[in-house]
Amino acid sequence: MRYLPLSDADRRQMLSVIGAKSIDELYRDVPKSALNARIDLPAHKGELDVERIMGAMAAKNRPAAEGPFFVGCGAYKHHVPATVDHIIQRSEFLTSYTPYQPEIAQGTLQYLFEFQTQIAALTGMEVANASMYDGSTACAEAALMARRVTKRGKAVLSGALHPHYAATTRTNVELLGDRAVQLPIDIEAKEDLAAAIDGETSCVIVQTPDVFGNLRDLTALSKACQAKGVLLVAVVTEIMSLGAVKSPGEMGADIVVGEGQSIGNGLNFGGPYVGFFATREKLIRQTPGRYCGMTTDADGKRGFVLTLSTREQHIRRDKATSNICTNSGLCALAFTVHMTLLGEAGLRAVAALNHESAAKTADALSSVKGVRVLTKSFFNEFTVRLPMNATGVVEALAADGVLAGVPGERLWPHDKDAHDLLIVAATECVTDADISAFTASLSKALA
Amino acid sequence: MTMNREGRQSKGDAATANVVTFTGNRALQIEESLIFEKDAFASTGVDFPAPTGKHDRIGALKRTSAIGLPGLSEPEAMRHFVRLSQKNYAIDMGPFPLGSCTMKHNPRLNEKMARLPGFGDVHPLQPQSTVQGALEVIDTLAHWLMEMTGMPAVAMSPKAGAHGELCGMMAIKSALAARGKAHRTRVLAPESAHGTNPATAAQCGFTVDAIPADETGRVDLAAFRGKLGPDVAAIMVTNPNTCGLFERDIKAIADAVHEAGGYFYCDGANFNAIAGKVRPGDLGVDAMHINLHKTFSTPHGGGGPGAGPVVLSAALAPFAPVPYVVRDGGEFHLVETRRMAKSEGEGAAGGRITAFHGQMGMFVRALTYMLSHGGDGIRQASEDAVLNANYILARLKAEMTPAFPGYCMHEALFDDRFLMGTGVETLDFAKAMIDEGYHPMTMYFPLVVHGAMLIEPTESESKAELDLFCDALLDLARRAKAGETARFTASPMLSPRRRLDETAAARKPVLRWTPQQAPEAAE
Repeated sequence: MRYLPLSDADRRQMLSVIGAKSIDELYRDVPKSALNARIDLPAHKGELDVERIMGAMAAKNRPAAEGPFFVGCGAYKHHVPATVDHIIQRSEFLTSYTPYQPEIAQGTLQYLFEFQTQIAALTGMEVANASMYDGSTACAEAALMARRVTKRGKAVLSGALHPHYAATTRTNVELLGDRAVQLPIDIEAKEDLAAAIDGETSCVIVQTPDVFGNLRDLTALSKACQAKGVLLVAVVTEIMSLGAVKSPGEMGADIVVGEGQSIGNGLNFGGPYVGFFATREKLIRQTPGRYCGMTTDADGKRGFVLTLSTREQHIRRDKATSNICTNSGLCALAFTVHMTLLGEAGLRAVAALNHESAAKTADALSSVKGVRVLTKSFFNEFTVRLPMNATGVVEALAADGVLAGVPGERLWPHDKDAHDLLIVAATECVTDADISAFTASLSKALA
Repeated sequence: MTMNREGRQSKGDAATANVVTFTGNRALQIEESLIFEKDAFASTGVDFPAPTGKHDRIGALKRTSAIGLPGLSEPEAMRHFVRLSQKNYAIDMGPFPLGSCTMKHNPRLNEKMARLPGFGDVHPLQPQSTVQGALEVIDTLAHWLMEMTGMPAVAMSPKAGAHGELCGMMAIKSALAARGKAHRTRVLAPESAHGTNPATAAQCGFTVDAIPADETGRVDLAAFRGKLGPDVAAIMVTNPNTCGLFERDIKAIADAVHEAGGYFYCDGANFNAIAGKVRPGDLGVDAMHINLHKTFSTPHGGGGPGAGPVVLSAALAPFAPVPYVVRDGGEFHLVETRRMAKSEGEGAAGGRITAFHGQMGMFVRALTYMLSHGGDGIRQASEDAVLNANYILARLKAEMTPAFPGYCMHEALFDDRFLMGTGVETLDFAKAMIDEGYHPMTMYFPLVVHGAMLIEPTESESKAELDLFCDALLDLARRAKAGETARFTASPMLSPRRRLDETAAARKPVLRWTPQQAPEAAE
């Protein structure tokens, strides 16, 4: 077996040093009836055979890059520079552990410090942690934090919060006996979240751009929240939007959480991704997750360490702010490398291209008979209403090689009003030819 | 003719050790500033066509303020991150015996497979007809996990070990509620448990009651029985436990908690000691998470991403979260929502714990690992991991003090008795290992052992590597006892940084770069 260095001779010799007659003697505490259970699995295989098996399964999937692609709703197809994948595959990053021994983990710690700074700058917040699993769990953690800060038990969720985020948040708050109340589905950003605040409300959770693509001005809502001691949680599932759109921090959000996949990370069928969590400095002791902080070493040289860990599970156990341990270190590195290549200038340029792609796609689709573009102010994603259930239309377009977007039924199976919605994302990867193919195929499907 | 094999003789070793260089660099160790200190706020390392500027649907929400993000050209960025990487220790460089963390070799075939466009470049919300191979990976991996654990169901979406714990404990809470037993709110967990266990129980709204360890490092059976009662929801036990020992009364523990009306949650962080050899399902387990980044070698990546699928008993299976994959003949379907008793469609029971379908990239790597190893290789890997740990235990007990008598499983636990009176503490001993070229073992965990040192070699170490490692630790132990205290308390001396001031870092946290830090940084 190519991964196991011990020879049979080594094994015999080591057993004799140990003073055991057999390997099973080392397992003597295992109940006899349970030891060496029959397990029906195939035998080991060489690289070539494994590649064939995995390759065959991979070949049954349609990669985004293979043709026109307009699917978004929380995961986006962007171009990632080749440098990013090279860096994250370096042994020293890929095969290291959480930096618990800072003297020999300054590489990981410094990029985490850079990641935290980049996230704070993008979101317009004072501090950001070293990453969460993904945007949805970061959102749930924000609701739990609001509960700790306000000592109230009702989270108010926007009707245009990504349904997976809403469900994840609800699951987490209900485990503690709290409530998450979501407003009715809000396709065109018309809801009045401020009116939903009452004396029990811990936080208002609102997404921008929202799941339908609408950009939302949070300024008035933040004032309403502030007046009632409620935390405003802004969710950003497309972080690239922050290269073109005002940050939630500038609009008065107390916590900004979301998904960083768009920068540096591939689609990966939904994971691994990189959640982010940013807030105000005064709330930091109530936040979940890890932080990297700056300090000095015994020689007075600048260095970095994990810090504020008295909030965390390995120290505080059942009093911890969260049970999170492993987060998304390597995905955060991918983010940091990509963002370092982009810089502000590159980010603004690629964000502008995204917006242009989406605007062109929206214009093209609005010329298709029976299609109505519902979203007025958007970044790289918008919603259209079709004259029929969108699920079948998407299937028909997929057969034409066009992956058209997310049909409403996929995310709101129990809400009939959403079934003829199609949510369309267009990034810098979309070409004019892709847009033409989309409109041609859609016209055919609706004819 | 004779070759000069030594090259030019160097003179004076004491002087060279403390040499001060103009740059602050030390040969291969290059000092590297933060990206924010490179005066690169206007530059970029990417080329894009200029946007036409003809479209604007952003309006009043357009960003007008500066963001403050530096951009580096590709060669500058490459150097920046390569220099950073060279300040890290890694399993690819040498032994990383961090107990409980399982730092084993990460096969690169797994990386290659995860990057196939059919896996890496597919969207979670594409039509299911276009991702049948991805669903097949999830289904196949689920089959391997169920077969290896002897459990009938598995929830695949948890993102890491602690997230798996949340998933399993949530299923237990929902099952209790469905049985009308919502008043059962107390969870028992050994004092030696990972911190995530009590933290998870609390996050699920349970209270936590700690069970002491007995003198053999295992659950104190009498104390455990004494704590059972009508309010007990579950026991959370790590097995093999965090002392590196198999809980030999595991079946009695399972039977007792079941008899008392509670469930048995097993923390599967140490499954790598028994995978392919013992099925947790045969031991009475109701739920157990499996850290794919430990047992099945998806890379730790400096702290994630991980993946923590949870195998479930028949009693708990109905309370697994969505989504899950079902096979219908040759076709796979993803069930993404489920109507439960709750009016809102998705409640805590059977609700979601994350967006999308779990850590697909980790699934591909873990399945690749499993196919490579096969059932026989997984079993051999477990046996070798246990053999390596016992070999270390046998060799090191000449100078160090094992915390408990007898064999261990996949990790060897020592306490600090051998350092008593030396002025050297566990921390100093661990830091001295750094100068010898090793990553330290896990220190001060588990909490039930004084000055704990938990060494997990994994199956990836050769005998020669283990022998050198043991020789080095024995030498350190002898030096500590011989009174070379300063060598330890001043260590590490050869690493990119020496001991860092963690107290100052926590007292006045600096968590991001700000322009005001610039003068300080330029000192």
